[in-house]
Amino acid sequence: MAKQSNEPVLWALFSAGGVFAAFVIPVHLFLLGLAFPLGWISAPGYESLHALARLPLTRLYLFVLCFLALFHWAHRFRYTLYDGLQIKHLNEVIFVCCYGGAILGTIVAGYLLWSFR
Amino acid sequence: MTEARQTVGYTEYHPRWYRSRVSTWWWLTRWPYLKFILREISSVFVASFVVLLLLQIRALSRGPEAYARFQHWLQNPLVLLLNLVTLFFVVFHAITWFKLAPSAMAVRFRGKRVPDLFIVGTNYAAWAVVSLVVAWFLVRP
Amino acid sequence: MPETINLEVLRYSPETDTEPSFQRYDVPLRKDWVVLDALNYIKDKVDGSLTFRWSCRMGICGSCGMMVNGEPKLTCATFLSNYANDAAPVRVQPLRYFPVIRDLVVEVTDFMTKLQSVKPWLIRAEEKPTSESEYLQTPDQLDRYKQFSMCINCLLCYAACPVYGLDPVFIGPAAIALAQRYNMDSRDEGAHERMDVLAQHEGIWGCTFVGECTQVCPKHVDPAGAIQQYKLTATIERFKSFLLPRGAK
Repeated sequence: MAKQSNEPVLWALFSAGGVFAAFVIPVHLFLLGLAFPLGWISAPGYESLHALARLPLTRLYLFVLCFLALFHWAHRFRYTLYDGLQIKHLNEVIFVCCYGGAILGTIVAGYLLWSFR
Repeated sequence: MTEARQTVGYTEYHPRWYRSRVSTWWWLTRWPYLKFILREISSVFVASFVVLLLLQIRALSRGPEAYARFQHWLQNPLVLLLNLVTLFFVVFHAITWFKLAPSAMAVRFRGKRVPDLFIVGTNYAAWAVVSLVVAWFLVRP
Repeated sequence: MPETINLEVLRYSPETDTEPSFQRYDVPLRKDWVVLDALNYIKDKVDGSLTFRWSCRMGICGSCGMMVNGEPKLTCATFLSNYANDAAPVRVQPLRYFPVIRDLVVEVTDFMTKLQSVKPWLIRAEEKPTSESEYLQTPDQLDRYKQFSMCINCLLCYAACPVYGLDPVFIGPAAIALAQRYNMDSRDEGAHERMDVLAQHEGIWGCTFVGECTQVCPKHVDPAGAIQQYKLTATIERFKSFLLPRGAK
């Protein structure tokens, strides 16, 4: 049996991230980035939003969202650079930058959510 | 043959075959290729949303004044424009993702293949439901 | 409809040329003529040196694949009348992403090798002698792989696949679709043997689901679908082998 490639794991993360991002990000962004700032819908007050964000379940949900969405980006972007720019010789560099960036972002998200007061 | 294939299966000495190089701009040569690259670029906007989300969480954790500043920043026309573009790409990601879902999962029910439209429709319905649920949590007074 | 149509055909003679060049021909425009008819007219009446592959002229042998106005097409199934009202001549070029041997003939050994590597035949642990009985298969079992069995190896999908163009080591749409044709066949027991080849980086993982292969396939095989389904299969197998005891295979 040939050496087990790790591609399936990365692809699984990419897929899960894609599904989660597709279902959840549009509504988040629409509200946060357009509806609330433009006053189409009245934004929730600081206290209630803060209370919502403090809940462990909310923080877990947000962490999973960030983690999966970042790995979705990493996998897709890695292949886009690989194919789109034909810079195959930088393959290892691209790999490290993409997944390394995703890991970094996940750590930042984890820290922010864990230390949320 | 179970070893990894590292080379293309041509004999080495064929100087007279004409081989053209694929241009770096191959993705501009056909509309389906450009659509594909745009679809892949949407992942960058997915990541940029994560950044925005983390900024929101950070502002929230720093107190009401910091959050008010964050909300004010969101009203900056440039930021609004950026978020509009991001929203476009994120929705584009969702639409293309749902379109491809039936191909990726050949769902069979009682031996027969479930029609593609059914899978796509189910995804959109679920999308609507999830969006409403999330919105309900976020819009509460 | 005009009486003639202009064709611009890419010529390349390895003995004399270093680069291919276009040559223009005027061909009669008959209502029922396809591009292949035009090429045969040129070879018979105008320029006998024009070299191209063809055989059945009815879309089943897979020999006549070429680029027509930048799209991979079977020339026996592409009607000239579709281009009758175009200002520009009809451009006929050899299949993209393959080395050109001469004129419109490309070298396809790479595909042949890759096809062979996925073992496109029924693999069984033990052959059942025909005296015992036939292998029975229900219509539903046939339905699982029938679409992938329609492949005529015309290589239009390779000409459409940018991944293959950028990285010729990629095993390619048709090879994977044909591997799936056997993997999904209820009579086959060789899925594990094929996985070694397919689960490499040059196997299924090079594919980024551009989807153009499915768009150009003249037999509606949907190789893109076959590849994505196999990605799921391979991923599940990988997680299984990780979670289950080493011995259990």
